Amino acid sequence: MEIITTLINGLSIGGIYAMIALGYTMVYGIAKMLNFAHGDIIMVGGYTIYVFMNITGHPLIAVAVAVVFCVLIGVTIEKVAYKPLRGASPLAVLITAIGVSYLLQSLAQIIFGSAPKMVQFPDIKPIQIGSLKIQVYTLITLVASIIVMVLLTLFVKYTNIGRAMLATSEDRSATELMGINVNSVITITFAIGSALAALAGLFYLLKAPNISNTFGSMPGIKAFTAAVIGGIGSIPGAMLGGILLGMVEAISYNIPAIAPYTDAIEFLILIVILLVKPAGILGKRRREKV
Amino acid sequence: MEQIVLETKNLGITFGGLKAVQDVNISIKKNQIYGLVGPNGAGKTTIFNLLTGVYQPTTGSFFLCGSELKGKSQETINHSGIARTFQNIRLFNNMSVIRNVMVGLSNQPEYKCGFFTSVLRLPKHFKVENAMRNKAKELLKIFDLYEERNNLSCNLPYGKQRKLEIARALATNPTVLLLDEPAAGMNPNETADLMDTIRFIRDKFDVTVLLIEHDMKFVSGLCDEVTVLNFGTVLAQGTTKDALNDPEVIKAYIGG
Repeated sequence: MEIITTLINGLSIGGIYAMIALGYTMVYGIAKMLNFAHGDIIMVGGYTIYVFMNITGHPLIAVAVAVVFCVLIGVTIEKVAYKPLRGASPLAVLITAIGVSYLLQSLAQIIFGSAPKMVQFPDIKPIQIGSLKIQVYTLITLVASIIVMVLLTLFVKYTNIGRAMLATSEDRSATELMGINVNSVITITFAIGSALAALAGLFYLLKAPNISNTFGSMPGIKAFTAAVIGGIGSIPGAMLGGILLGMVEAISYNIPAIAPYTDAIEFLILIVILLVKPAGILGKRRREKV
Repeated sequence: MEQIVLETKNLGITFGGLKAVQDVNISIKKNQIYGLVGPNGAGKTTIFNLLTGVYQPTTGSFFLCGSELKGKSQETINHSGIARTFQNIRLFNNMSVIRNVMVGLSNQPEYKCGFFTSVLRLPKHFKVENAMRNKAKELLKIFDLYEERNNLSCNLPYGKQRKLEIARALATNPTVLLLDEPAAGMNPNETADLMDTIRFIRDKFDVTVLLIEHDMKFVSGLCDEVTVLNFGTVLAQGTTKDALNDPEVIKAYIGG
């Protein structure tokens, strides 16, 4: 029974990581940049949920507002900070992203102070099946992340915008020559990534209801690790990497001897993967043209 | 007088001190198959890049059906009606054959579908998807790619990849189709087939074709007129037979 609980926990943490990792990987694949401010969008989403939970007391309204707000913030950041740097050296874009990350964290600190805030969610009794005890929020996280991943996969495969996204990630100039507005494809990518980050913010809060200005850092870094493990730029890779990392985390937490080293183990996996398969599990090695 | 579809006026571009293309004047009439030939490095692909907005001309300009396209983005130029293929094939390798074509189709007004219609998978989304899929299948049949429609495009043999590039370019519904060495790497049988296909698509899709090619048999068998370039300037221009027999042209190709 212990095993099943661990499994469900792992899948639900993995689902959160996968959702965040999708944001990293899609932006990397399409805009060819590492958006290190992505983790802080989770924090923005978290604080939005905190504020609207206090105002309305209803988690669904709070998360809806958070999704809209994060999409606006994400798209604005792209327009103001990253778009002017299109064609600039990747290092300049990377530094800008780190700058944006600090900007968001500092703004949050100014607005909400540095003491963590507690978000109060309605209490729901865990489901009891025999000796098996499952938190309802864990189940919700699991189901929601599966739905999100299925929808996203369908969206990318079977819609014009999705196909344009795939095409852009393969060959931006050729896509443009097919009459596709690559700039709007990039904007939509940021919008989707930010919406997923807001959802991840909710689910992360359900797990750990204290929010501070560095709330997004750890899940952000973990999800980035997941994206690299799965193969950055690959959408199924991000899902796989996220689930994998979540499972490792849940299992490791359950073994007292190694529980304190959980984070180290996760990053160790990253190092091993990078040594064995540098492009990630599902990543394709790009051959440079000579 | 026949209608001029594509016209360049003193078109030129310099890279640093290098005049890659200089004072090129070409006018292509409707439904012509027009050749652009010349030795390696003559500036043929550079002209394609100028005509599709990849490079911005330093001098001169170019016009499609009378409207100036200089300074427009690649995307706008495609919308205006110029589509192209690439010398080194640039398909979307990890997408299936049919999806490659569908990317080309997606900017057509009849296949536009709003973001929320797609996300929420409203009935209109499925209608548009089906219509696009059928249109793509139709195009693939013309190029004998129908059977392979669900394969990844990188797994196609070379000759078929070239054909898929043409199909994808045609999907954007162009007025002028630019083909960059369409017969490169094809055997004589495939080349002969390709000549028929190009004539067929000119008639069926009512397009004007501008092509770069090194295979002189292909050029003389297919093109109505040619421009011969050498070192970025026009060496000879006119009907295919006259231009290719020009002593200057023979000298540039064979040397001496």
